[in-house]
Amino acid sequence: MKTDLRVALVGNPNTGKSTLFNTLTGLNQKIGNFPGVTVDKKTGYCQLPDGRNAQIIDLPGTYSLYPKSQDESIVFSILADKANPLRPDLVVVILDATNLKRNLLLYTQVADLKIPVIIALNMMDLAKKSGISIDIDLFSKKLGVPVVPMSARRLDGIDKLKTAISFANSIALQEESIDVETIAPQLIGQITKEFKLDNPYYALQLAHQHETIKFISPAESDRIEALEQEFSFHSQKAQASETIARYNFINDLLYDTVKVPETAQEQTVSNRIDKVLTHKVFGFIIFFGVLLFMFQSIFSWSAYPMELIADAFVWVQSHLHQILPAGPLTGLFVDGVIGGLSGVMVFIPQIAILFAFISILEDTGYMSRVTFMMDKLMRKVGLNGKSVVPLIGGFACAVPSIMSTRTIENWKDRMITIMVTPLVTCSARLPIYTLLIALVVPNRNVWWLFNMQGLALTGMYVFSLISAVICAFVFKLILKGRERGYFIMELPVYRMPRWNNVAYSMYERSKAFVLQAGKVIIAISVILWVLASYGPGDRFKQIEQKYSRPQYLQKLKPDELKRAINSEKLENSYAGVLGHAIEPAIKPLGFDWKIGIALITSFAAREVFVGTMATIYSVEGSAEKMESVQQKMKTATNPETGRPVFSLAVAFSLMMFYAFAMQCASTVAVVYRETKNWKWPAIQFAYMTVLAYAASFLAYHLLK
Amino acid sequence: MTLSELKQGAIGIVKEFTDLEMSVKLMEMGCLPGEVITVARVAPLGDPIAVNVAGYQLSLRKFEASTIILQ
Repeated sequence: MKTDLRVALVGNPNTGKSTLFNTLTGLNQKIGNFPGVTVDKKTGYCQLPDGRNAQIIDLPGTYSLYPKSQDESIVFSILADKANPLRPDLVVVILDATNLKRNLLLYTQVADLKIPVIIALNMMDLAKKSGISIDIDLFSKKLGVPVVPMSARRLDGIDKLKTAISFANSIALQEESIDVETIAPQLIGQITKEFKLDNPYYALQLAHQHETIKFISPAESDRIEALEQEFSFHSQKAQASETIARYNFINDLLYDTVKVPETAQEQTVSNRIDKVLTHKVFGFIIFFGVLLFMFQSIFSWSAYPMELIADAFVWVQSHLHQILPAGPLTGLFVDGVIGGLSGVMVFIPQIAILFAFISILEDTGYMSRVTFMMDKLMRKVGLNGKSVVPLIGGFACAVPSIMSTRTIENWKDRMITIMVTPLVTCSARLPIYTLLIALVVPNRNVWWLFNMQGLALTGMYVFSLISAVICAFVFKLILKGRERGYFIMELPVYRMPRWNNVAYSMYERSKAFVLQAGKVIIAISVILWVLASYGPGDRFKQIEQKYSRPQYLQKLKPDELKRAINSEKLENSYAGVLGHAIEPAIKPLGFDWKIGIALITSFAAREVFVGTMATIYSVEGSAEKMESVQQKMKTATNPETGRPVFSLAVAFSLMMFYAFAMQCASTVAVVYRETKNWKWPAIQFAYMTVLAYAASFLAYHLLK
Repeated sequence: MTLSELKQGAIGIVKEFTDLEMSVKLMEMGCLPGEVITVARVAPLGDPIAVNVAGYQLSLRKFEASTIILQ
């Protein structure tokens, strides 16, 4: 779309910035990454009243231009770098009218960069309700910028904002807030001169941030460092005096223009809610209840749509098989690519539901309270109050949970959370556990109440949480933190969730998952398909020749014959050859080559295990027929010993393997996407595989 | 007296900070010398705490609160 004007939205977190962005752009938005960093770049288009098209960029919420996280560092880079193609012509600073003081700090910083600015004074409805009165004309006159009072959530003032954007000046007219040069007069003067700058605040920001910003060269950065030495510039002291000066300016401004009653009413309502929600006893009970509900819903609400998606793909696949000529290309496309695609798509319901919950919890302000309650507990094992949500989400699926770790600002805490989240028993492990437990654990009650199979399953879930906590503790000792951990966090007042934002979040996250993690999953599925469908030399030909002999054709029914052929082909395929090849390595765990094939094929996704088992034991019908797989597996005997293959020891050894091993291509892909470095998925894969091997080995030898 | 010693419901006024790095972050969040600060709540496990300052509610760990000296 043609861009006539580029507008950036800047503001504190919890000011309604996303709501405003969604309202201005509608579905006309695009999410990508800022080059080189894992920060979501949200852009969209908005038609102005004069017919021009404005490109709107939603910048991450921040309290100051001095960044505390990777997300926040983007804000300065976009606003200051003159060569950046996204540099805005105009900045709309969104201020929360109920909390102007803290919100104005960021405004004064942005204004001093001398980019044209408009103020969107949001949440006017709430400010009025709390009895806050603002003299908007005087406020606007003192700052020298247009001020648009509005309420984005009620759609009040949106048109006025659009008009203000279209009438905005192309040169910055705002008043100076503070005398920047007095903070470090010589240094600012020298940098301005040497770098030919026209703005003292930009020079000061370069002095503070030259080590981290990417748009200046190393030589330039070194020169700034040398100048800092020369004029003995202390970054933190300078920041402190700047902040104090800015708040002096803000206090003077607010004294003349804003009247706030003693205690804002909204605060007291929030306090009353908090008395219950963060209560010593009820707080935890309610939190537990919320989790239980969320966990149950992810399971139960997603079951039906997941089934629909899977069925739809099966329908498409069988139709394509009928339409397209049989051959290796059709097989690769229909079974490899489309099969892989269906493996991606079935996750969409779970991702959408999990993110709906997360965005509701964040929107209402409850998430901050959970963090507040759990921080002490989680900190002991190297995690953070904010790690609770991904860990619990891991019960459904590690993929969306790892995506949700972005809310954790601290790098080390976030990495540890990403590293241990896949240990939590996800829904893909459930079919494996139920299959194996049903094989070896008697369906009997102990103490009248507890079913032994149920106890074994619960045990696996509890075990996974314990192992995640232990691993987190180990990572805490190994990983070195890049920055000091803070917990200085706003507790926003409780608000109703904005359903539009919830819907956008569901849509966005699902789309990002399909587009980015999907590519890797499809590639791996194709490779696995090839491995399972082709064999070395002319083995496949020989098998077909063998079964075309009369003794087979006469003795076996057509479908029995087909099963026998498929089963023997699998044994002789590359996957089968690989299964035999890794047999020596997995023998100490009690596994034979058939289980080896299942381990290899289920690398892409754990649930493939059941399907592969079904194919190997050549079971009639679909892989979903658990009963029949179970029976076949139960009667399978080891040809050497004559004893059943799936003994208690083997079954538990297998469960231990699946509890720890990183058998999930989607998780590998998403960890790469979130960390932007193959090192992390590699470390994760390695440590989980080692743990899996050790745990299986122990389980097998203890139970044998 | 530091903020971490302030009882729930009690009122204090920020005087100065003992940790420069922390003070930069705290001041950006509106917690400046001269500001009135009250302890609104303590987390169920005793840490962190929630304080009212500059017209909103801020949560911080006890250790972080111990770097804020009150008048």
